Amino acid sequence: MSRAGTAAPPSREELRQLALTEEEYGSACRQLGREPNQLELGLLGALWSEHCSYKTSKRLLGQLPSASPRVVQGPGENAGVVDLGGGLLCCFKMESHNHPSAVEPVQGAATGVGGILRDVIAMGARPVALLDSIRFGALEDARQRQRFARVVEGIGWYGNCIGVPTVGGETYFDQAYSENCLVNAMCVGLVEQGRLARALARGEGNPVLLVGADTGRDGIHGATFASVELDREAEERRPAVQVGNPFLEKCLLEACQELAGDPDLVGLQDCGAAGLSSACAEMAHRGGSGVEIEVQRVSRRERGMGPYEVMLSESQERMVLVVREGAEERFRERFRRWGLRCDVIGRVIAEPCLRVTDGGRPVAQLPLSVLVAGVPPRRPQSRAEPAPAASSPDPLLEVPPWPAEEAWLRVLGSPNCASSRWVWRQYDHQVGDDTIVGPGADAAVLRLRGRVQGLALSVDSAHPSARLDPRRGTAMGLAEGLRNLACVGAEPLGVTDCLNFGDPDSPLVMWQLEEAVAGLAEAARELGVPVVSGNVSLHNQYQGRSIPPTPSLGLVGLVPDLERLPRPGFCVEGDLVALLGRPGAGPEGVELGGSEYQRLASGQPSGSAPELDLAAERRAAEAVRQAVRARLLRSCHDCSLGGLGVALAEAAVWGGQGAVVRSPLAPPERPSPGWAAAVLLGETQGRYLASLDPGRLAELERALAAAGVPLAVLGRVGGEWLEVSGVARIPLAGARERLEGALPGAMAGPALGAGMGERAGPVS
Amino acid sequence: MTTRFGIAVFPGTWSDRDCAHAAELAGGEAVFLWHAERDLRGADVVVLPGGFAYGDYLRTGAIARFAPLMEAVRERAREGGPVLGICNGFQILCEAGLLPGALLRNQSLQFRCQPVWLRVESCRTPFLAGGEVGQVLRMPISHGEGRYYVDAGTLRQLEQEGRVALRYSEADGRLSPDANPNGSLGAIAGVSNAEGNVLGMMPHPERACEPLLGSSDGLRLFASALAALSPP
Repeated sequence: MSRAGTAAPPSREELRQLALTEEEYGSACRQLGREPNQLELGLLGALWSEHCSYKTSKRLLGQLPSASPRVVQGPGENAGVVDLGGGLLCCFKMESHNHPSAVEPVQGAATGVGGILRDVIAMGARPVALLDSIRFGALEDARQRQRFARVVEGIGWYGNCIGVPTVGGETYFDQAYSENCLVNAMCVGLVEQGRLARALARGEGNPVLLVGADTGRDGIHGATFASVELDREAEERRPAVQVGNPFLEKCLLEACQELAGDPDLVGLQDCGAAGLSSACAEMAHRGGSGVEIEVQRVSRRERGMGPYEVMLSESQERMVLVVREGAEERFRERFRRWGLRCDVIGRVIAEPCLRVTDGGRPVAQLPLSVLVAGVPPRRPQSRAEPAPAASSPDPLLEVPPWPAEEAWLRVLGSPNCASSRWVWRQYDHQVGDDTIVGPGADAAVLRLRGRVQGLALSVDSAHPSARLDPRRGTAMGLAEGLRNLACVGAEPLGVTDCLNFGDPDSPLVMWQLEEAVAGLAEAARELGVPVVSGNVSLHNQYQGRSIPPTPSLGLVGLVPDLERLPRPGFCVEGDLVALLGRPGAGPEGVELGGSEYQRLASGQPSGSAPELDLAAERRAAEAVRQAVRARLLRSCHDCSLGGLGVALAEAAVWGGQGAVVRSPLAPPERPSPGWAAAVLLGETQGRYLASLDPGRLAELERALAAAGVPLAVLGRVGGEWLEVSGVARIPLAGARERLEGALPGAMAGPALGAGMGERAGPVS
Repeated sequence: MTTRFGIAVFPGTWSDRDCAHAAELAGGEAVFLWHAERDLRGADVVVLPGGFAYGDYLRTGAIARFAPLMEAVRERAREGGPVLGICNGFQILCEAGLLPGALLRNQSLQFRCQPVWLRVESCRTPFLAGGEVGQVLRMPISHGEGRYYVDAGTLRQLEQEGRVALRYSEADGRLSPDANPNGSLGAIAGVSNAEGNVLGMMPHPERACEPLLGSSDGLRLFASALAALSPP
């Protein structure tokens, strides 16, 4: 097993291709007591990639709380698992597919969905919902529009074909994501207690089966690709992007459903990043055993594929199973019924290593202690960004760029605040017949069959002020998720995180990552939301420019009674409009740092991030849940991006009724010229905008006073206007036009290449 | 005896369980019919549900029409048994020659999932027998290729014979270009065969069978078939 006949160590260039450093290579040699051969080096490159090994982030992730009485499985398996009671479990996970989506938007996004579905399928669960978080550059740029449209097409194509509803998500556009789009997909599944599968290999002699697609040359070194900077050569890496086949995966899904819970099934794992090598090595490592793979038994799509390509291919729609010896034919027959190829490709061995043979000839043998657990942790330097000199008051307060009405309409017309219906009407969000509240609301709600309960699902990212304060901005993302769940009366069960960051070798980015994880850990503890699964995506940078810190968070909550869901928005004339939570904070009661208003006015966040009081967030969420359960609120909506102004407009447009309200804040003695717009559009945290029957006010007042949550009655529902007395008023129709028209309007810009001699439309 | 709904399952079908649920809500019994078997398992009503049968390779429904199960469905259709094709099921019925026309890519060239209003144009089929012409139903669509197309001669024939069963309309039954979500010819959402026993439609009645899901208008189709088969 010498290195292909030559003893020369790999060149720096060869190592760079594998994203390994010379130090890492040296460490591998020391641990092995020899130099790895070429195949072994490839396996190490894949398994030691950032994507597979978390070598940079692992030491940080340990601080995330992952336990609660509900948590059945925390990080470490294919997906996290929480107990819904009554023998039903919920599995969920979110994952990034940023790099592939940047290079080949349709297939990159589609295979991201396919991959996260397989993570849930591998738990023995039936996927019941998909959600996504997408970030692109500004849509004024035709290239961004085209790529964004194609990512949406890819997500829709995969989910629509496989028949799992896409029930929610978020979109955000900022030039900081122009060269590094973010595409994060979350999947939620349900499984009965006894059918939960685990991703492990054990029992010497047990056969290892590969089922699904044939193995091709696609995606070789995809894990490595995801672990380096996107550069001008990225286009040449297109072969590192895989091609999806949702039809095949649908058959895999159904077959795995039939086999979950089978007493002869030992382990089930999807082939994701680093393909067979990672799937087998990780299963064996979890099971405390080893695996031997005979590459000749792997069904190949192309001629002439050697062991290196077979082991590192990332061909999609493949899963690895370990079954009890003697049961393999029964399993193969089951898969055959669904038209799926299934081959015995190896067996479990006692020695804890990954052994690869080619026609019986051993071609690689690596101890799992080296391959899976041996990567030297990286501790790149981190350096805090100097805190910006507190520039108070905010320039927008001093010199407002627009009158308050215009500022309000501009924020409503920003694709970041406006309705993303343009996106989700391309997604089947209903298949399965369980979607009670679909996309576009605070949280999606699914019913649980045969129960009064439901699931609440929400995807939220760090507040844009994470650029100013990554710790607080990340914590705000979780607080927003908690508020979204509270609006439908749901208690949080857990969160899955997808940590999207730039170049970890930039001390600033490393500091952002450390701060963000610390902020998430603190918020998760304080808010009582365990982090049960997740994924880290580093190297989202281009020509030295990193993306802003962008953790996305996917929350799952339990709705105790679907009959008690509030209605969407202001729907009954004469109802009271109330603000729950503190009305404002900061100088003059307004906070503009990182707000959408600030972004539109000045291009980037400045000043300080809004204040965040986690204890108050927790109290308010609990009080809102109680109020929803007691049917005290007709509607409830959280104030997030765009502040009170956007929350008011959305509630009015959803419910079809205007409102006349007062400002939640009394004007200061000498208000700054931009105060009115800042009241409307500042993004003070911890607030909910509700409407209620006036007859329930006394009870609500008592309940909130007892919980220590401020309540301010602002006005009444009704009419064709949205008016905040003394601040601004806009017609309801104008608000609707902005909210509903912004994204379709932005996407209707001229297509890429239009005016360059290309035909614009189809010819008949 | 309970009316038995046979729900076809092709590889790639995904409305099978939703249709079974709807059939049960209507008071029927549901059995699944496996694509590779030529067996209707004693079903009184055959439902071809939505999905992407055999991956919809080549054209939607183009491979499914060769399934062994479809031989049994064709025979049942010829005998006058009620057959309902929903979404992909409609596409399969067209490919199988049991219904005229074809379903083309949506005019928008995008997939569309949204609620629509449907005006009942004819109550000849057992699935709409309990309703009234002019009645407006609410249910969702979810498809990328649902633009109904048929040649002018056949269209005239369909109209004359009362075989246009459902049209996309406004809530009050008016027809308008805005109400037509995919550019279907004549706003046609559903058609039947000459005898009336085979109905194909792009919208999903099985997704509109409970108030909790926003509408129970879809349940009428299942209940109506059940009533049509029950002895008086």
